[in-house]
Amino acid sequence: MNTSKPEDTPLSHTQVARRTFLKTAGVAAAAATGIEGILAARRAPAFAQGTKLHIVRWNDFIPEADAWLKKEGMPEASKALGAEVTLETIGFNDLQPRITAAVQSGAGADIFMLYYNWPHLYANSLVDVSDVANAVAKEQGGFYGVFEPSMKVGGKWLGMPHSIVGNAIAYRKSWFKEVGFSEFPRTWDELRKATAALKKKGKPYGQTLGHTFGDAPTWAYPLLWSFGGAETDKSGKKVAVNSKGTVDSVKYMTALWKEGSDEGGLAWDDSNNNRAFHAGDISATLNGASIYIVAKRQKDKLKDEKGEPLYLDIDHALFPLAGAVGQFPLYFSNGHGVMKYSKNQKLAKDLLRWIHKKENFEKWFQVSEGYSVAPTTEWEKHAMWDKIDKPLQMFRTAARKTRIFGYAGPSTAKSTEVYSKYIVVDMYANAASGKMKPEEAVKWAEGELKKIYEA
Amino acid sequence: MTRPIAGGSGGAAGVEAALPHPGTSRPARVERVLENERLLATILLAPTVLLLGVFIAYPFVMGVWLSLSSTSVGNPGEFVGFKNFVKAWDDSIFQMAFRNTFFYTFWATIFKLVLGMWLALLLNRHFRGKRIVRAAMLLPFIVPTVLSTFAWRWMFDPTFSVLNWMLFKGGFIVTKLPFLSDGAWAMWCAIVINTWRGMPFFAITLLAGLQTINPDLHEAASLDGANGWKRFWHVTWPLLKPVTIVVVVFSIIQTFADFQLIYVLTGGGPANSTHLLATYAYQLGVATGLLGEGAAVSLFMFPVLFAVVWIQLRYLRRLEGA
Repeated sequence: MNTSKPEDTPLSHTQVARRTFLKTAGVAAAAATGIEGILAARRAPAFAQGTKLHIVRWNDFIPEADAWLKKEGMPEASKALGAEVTLETIGFNDLQPRITAAVQSGAGADIFMLYYNWPHLYANSLVDVSDVANAVAKEQGGFYGVFEPSMKVGGKWLGMPHSIVGNAIAYRKSWFKEVGFSEFPRTWDELRKATAALKKKGKPYGQTLGHTFGDAPTWAYPLLWSFGGAETDKSGKKVAVNSKGTVDSVKYMTALWKEGSDEGGLAWDDSNNNRAFHAGDISATLNGASIYIVAKRQKDKLKDEKGEPLYLDIDHALFPLAGAVGQFPLYFSNGHGVMKYSKNQKLAKDLLRWIHKKENFEKWFQVSEGYSVAPTTEWEKHAMWDKIDKPLQMFRTAARKTRIFGYAGPSTAKSTEVYSKYIVVDMYANAASGKMKPEEAVKWAEGELKKIYEA
Repeated sequence: MTRPIAGGSGGAAGVEAALPHPGTSRPARVERVLENERLLATILLAPTVLLLGVFIAYPFVMGVWLSLSSTSVGNPGEFVGFKNFVKAWDDSIFQMAFRNTFFYTFWATIFKLVLGMWLALLLNRHFRGKRIVRAAMLLPFIVPTVLSTFAWRWMFDPTFSVLNWMLFKGGFIVTKLPFLSDGAWAMWCAIVINTWRGMPFFAITLLAGLQTINPDLHEAASLDGANGWKRFWHVTWPLLKPVTIVVVVFSIIQTFADFQLIYVLTGGGPANSTHLLATYAYQLGVATGLLGEGAAVSLFMFPVLFAVVWIQLRYLRRLEGA
């Protein structure tokens, strides 16, 4: 009597079980052709039934972008990948605690959003995603220069570049006109003059120098670089911050603070300037496009003093300004990292491929309306840029010249330590608040940087 | 048949009636085991020891190990001796956080003690609605710290502060007060919030202590001509001292290790003016991934807190002996 169960019987070429065939074929197709093959076959790959993939991102400053991801993007990805993709969005300051806990316990989300140069910080815990990154870069015109020092570690892409949040100075056109500037000031000196006049009218410039991860460093680092200052020399091992350029930039900041800025900015977080601008308390501020986009989307609520929609009086100007040694911004470069502890690394990479497939990325990109710029240059040619409002069009090429902290040396975990300790931001804050003279503030920063870079 | 239970007095409560039932061998074995005092004590203490071991001892030992290693996120690191402690001691931000922690703890504890005592004395009196007032007083203690600190942050907001608005409308100020944008002001704001949050704990505990004081003592002192202050100083205070010491020590421990309030209110800014050891340890360990250095900074709290507890225990033992 044959007591063996059907699955125990060796399969002949005519006896291949349907499920086994699908599984083998699906895996082979996915392995051979990646997401392209999956999509071409119009069939989800055969990942084990009930496979789940967990991705954690920030709460987007453009809520509609998250809404699209949750309602359309991830459900479509789930269908395409044959797995249940769960997107979790959390506060931007909560990402690091989550990543740290996940890495140390070896359990957590499969994919985390990564800011700036975090792949250097979590290098031992991230999967090499070079295959995904190189394919996307090749297909879409190459990544912007900031991504290589930020997300490539030891020649490997440990973060998959996703987007750049460009920033610019959002300003009230009519108010600057009132003080003689029909266009936004082009140079640092002109900015100082204009804001001094505006502060006298109770409409100061708004800038945070607080301990907040976005607007404070994106102001402080470009100010340092544009005046010729740098944290270190090219080797990254010798601190070079105590220079004439740095001292000049701190002196400039101190004067701008007293003469033209809202001095409450020392305690602002990343959302204070949005609220202050919408409330008509400040005349200009460095920000992403969210001030304009929110003002436009809430045009019935956010009005100027004449009762007109506020967004009509808003325009954007390039930051940093001209007049020093150059104009070098620090934009917010974002990516995704696949965690080494994940049991679904291949699936996670497939999700990244799916996200960056042109027709999928395009939908998210358009919802963002210029707030988030794509990681590759080809998207500068996208038709969306001609359709969106003029004040948003400047973000089209915004990402071209952005730098990452650590300059003039390489961007490493040490430069992240400097950034996380807010040493460059506090150098300006110490002088602007009057706690230290500009030279003393620079010397203080030099001492702190030496303990990190030269230790 | 009756037999006395181990440790029983032999009276009614200490006598067990043996119930005749079949298969008594297992219960009898259990009884024998339970009659063994050492074994029973071990069984009863085991869950507590396990909980303390898992949630107190293990994290503490891990913390000590981390502080002596170069561990960073995702990197097990190696033993580096006291290098992390030396680096922290030489770090100007650490030095500021260290000073701030003492300043913050000292003033917040003083205010909580004085105001808590005052509130407890008031609530110890009889008046209409006393129960409602006592319950309402606990609100700051009940509301999650993060939520209440957010509310305070709005009140101290550099742009939209309701306090500034009221003072301005009332004609008391002409320019905004720099509640959170000036380092010194920000520190005092944090102390005010900590006092507001912690005062109910002082008040309710001291109130419980006040209610154990025999009213006859006050009556006798009154008959002897003692006024309110003398009755407080010579009757209330000596009897309340043990409770006060315990409350103060608890408060010092909690305030010294405070994290949530500063993290939400200022993030340690402006320019590190409000950083405490806990917030700076978090910044190093989590934001920078330097778990070893973060653990070293947080362990600087240990000797201080250990000294506080030791002094308290010695003092209480002396009071008991007196």
